Amino acid sequence: MPAVTETRETVEKLAKSSYEWGFETDIEMDIAPKGLNEETVRLISARKEEPEWMLEWRLKAFRMWLEMKEPEWAKVSHPPIDYQDAHYFAQPKKKPGPKSLDEVDPELLKTYAKLGIPLHEQALLAGVEGAEEQKRMPVAVDAVFDSVSVATTFRKTLEEAGVIFCPISEAIREHSDLVRQYLGSVVPAGDNFFAALNSAVFTDGSFVYVPKGVRCPMELSTYFRINARNTGQFERTLIIVEERASVSYLEGCTAPQRDENQLHAAVVELIAMDDASIKYSTVQNWYPGDDEGRGGIYNFVTKRGACRGARSKISWTQVETGSSITWKYPSCVLAGEGSVGEFYSVAVTNNHQQADTGTKMIHLAPNTRSTIIAKTISAGKSDSTYRGLVRMQPKARNARNFTQCDSLLIGDQCGAHTVPYIESRNMTARIEHEATTSKISEDQLFYCRSRGLSEEDAVGLIVNGFCREVLKELPMEFAVEAQKLLQISLEGSVG
Amino acid sequence: MSDFLKIQGLEARIDADGTPKEILKGIDLEIPKGEIHAIMGPNGSGKSTLSYVLSGREDYEVTGGSATFKGEDLLALEPEERAALGVFLAFQSPVELPGVNNANFLRTAVNAVRRARDEEELDAVAFLKAVRAETKRLSMSDEMLKRAVNVGFSGGEKKRNEVLQMRLLQPSFAILDETDSGLDIDALRIVADGVNSLRGPDFSALVITHHQRLLDYIVPDRVHVMAKGKIIYSGGPEVAKTLEKQGYTQFLEAAA
Repeated sequence: MPAVTETRETVEKLAKSSYEWGFETDIEMDIAPKGLNEETVRLISARKEEPEWMLEWRLKAFRMWLEMKEPEWAKVSHPPIDYQDAHYFAQPKKKPGPKSLDEVDPELLKTYAKLGIPLHEQALLAGVEGAEEQKRMPVAVDAVFDSVSVATTFRKTLEEAGVIFCPISEAIREHSDLVRQYLGSVVPAGDNFFAALNSAVFTDGSFVYVPKGVRCPMELSTYFRINARNTGQFERTLIIVEERASVSYLEGCTAPQRDENQLHAAVVELIAMDDASIKYSTVQNWYPGDDEGRGGIYNFVTKRGACRGARSKISWTQVETGSSITWKYPSCVLAGEGSVGEFYSVAVTNNHQQADTGTKMIHLAPNTRSTIIAKTISAGKSDSTYRGLVRMQPKARNARNFTQCDSLLIGDQCGAHTVPYIESRNMTARIEHEATTSKISEDQLFYCRSRGLSEEDAVGLIVNGFCREVLKELPMEFAVEAQKLLQISLEGSVG
Repeated sequence: MSDFLKIQGLEARIDADGTPKEILKGIDLEIPKGEIHAIMGPNGSGKSTLSYVLSGREDYEVTGGSATFKGEDLLALEPEERAALGVFLAFQSPVELPGVNNANFLRTAVNAVRRARDEEELDAVAFLKAVRAETKRLSMSDEMLKRAVNVGFSGGEKKRNEVLQMRLLQPSFAILDETDSGLDIDALRIVADGVNSLRGPDFSALVITHHQRLLDYIVPDRVHVMAKGKIIYSGGPEVAKTLEKQGYTQFLEAAA
């Protein structure tokens, strides 16, 4: 797998300074004026050439949002967000397809290079004509470059398997019935403040449809980048996996350095039918703000999966190292008998970062099972909270949950909090919860250092060991990247 | 080469719940290149403290004296710098590192030390070859390489793992802090063989032990008796035998 190796090597090269991915690409932009009103929603819908029903759906969400209040229950704090002081639409101006990489906007290529995307993959992403014939990589990338998918790669291979993988705006136009049937069926437009906002103004994201009996032939991957100044990015991802089908989806994030906080409110919906399985992996490394906590991304995300079919399975794995504030609870609604929900999470906070993250496992059907493994690492002056809900509904006979929450503290100025909510309405359900809090001990550090490891390498090794149960759930190439990120995120946190 | 390891008037204390407690009260010790010395002494005499101070543990405060190694001020170096210079401590109670794969730990350590010594790093294949040869010598199973460092290891397995690390890191001066405790006679032989095979003109060691038994297998050039933070008697290998028969009393009385 040369591409994987190449990507990994590039990642290793990239992973040198505390935040090398703080750069900005100067590309001609098509930007909507600042502010949020019905006109903004209409403009987005018009630019995306959406059908009438979609516009109505957005407007309905927008009107609900106007009636809603920003939630305050999370253990995070930030100055009030001025929703009128942001652009809600920005896209690079389109040019006809370039003949070779030489003709591609060099700024765009620089961005790709800094992101560590291999050259031949760059050609595909930039839409170079003929580049698709050279595709020989096991990973398909749908690059979301500021709200617009510049190109989708590997579509032919996927099409042959019957898999649809495209930008959601394209799916709204070309697979209208599917989108209309499922959009908002897991996360309704009025679900919460940020979901409503997203429903009104989402500009892009990915759409995946895997038909009956098909195992998706490759890992699907998306790079999200926030690139224009003050454009909150609102992705919408919808993944539908039919009976006996399966898919593994990778989402990776980096963002340029900023002075002002940027709002990011994504919605991800997953739907699994009978015997279907979805594996959704995230490595999130958005700009966390500087050492003083200035700047950085506000990451307010709603992710939810519905196990609708019997014996279906949805597995969330996340490594969260970035953003100044993370507010995120990838959840599973276990409606199919014998369905399985999993949540594996590593959340790292350093400096002034705040994270309030966890999951919800809603057991509706008999014999459903869920596993939650949450690892929280706090360093510097950061604050991290695990917040999780396990709910056994009356029909959830013999349902089982196992939860393990481990917190690791580095230094004496950080905080870790565990807030488990457990609700059982069925006597036969079994719920287990384990929680630990520990510090990296002097004994461990000294042991490693006496073997020649620097203090930082020792911390990296111990932290990676602490997270091993989660990291092993990640696809190989992501696991390597994640290990690097953990170490970078904690640089300078000891001594 | 008498300036290989030279300890003069070394004093150190530890903070015991707010009150400083003097543990080393003026240690004088020289270990020439290529020699193996043993330190014996009753519990609480400061043997383990000496090993920690020499390897750089931060809990101890050096209040006087000096320690030089290969002409460098050992006490001014970070623990990892001492390791690079060739100091190795085999722990009395090896520390557990949950989730950290033993083979990965060993390779990281070996390459960190090799880097610091301007030697080429070992790739995965070369490392595996080196480590397999050593585990075979120490009668360790490959399975121990796959487990987390020292987690769930028996006492004997932990000690073998220490000797494995020592052999891979190729120190020029090793401190073995009661490496014999908790070992049955077969394991003791294997561990002793691991040390003896390093013996040569470029390898010195300080063997800390309670029992003469280990010194039947690792025959020391010198034996030092330590009590109350000082070395009170030094002699040849026969001292260990005398101690085993007669106890520490006569040495303590002679020193008083």
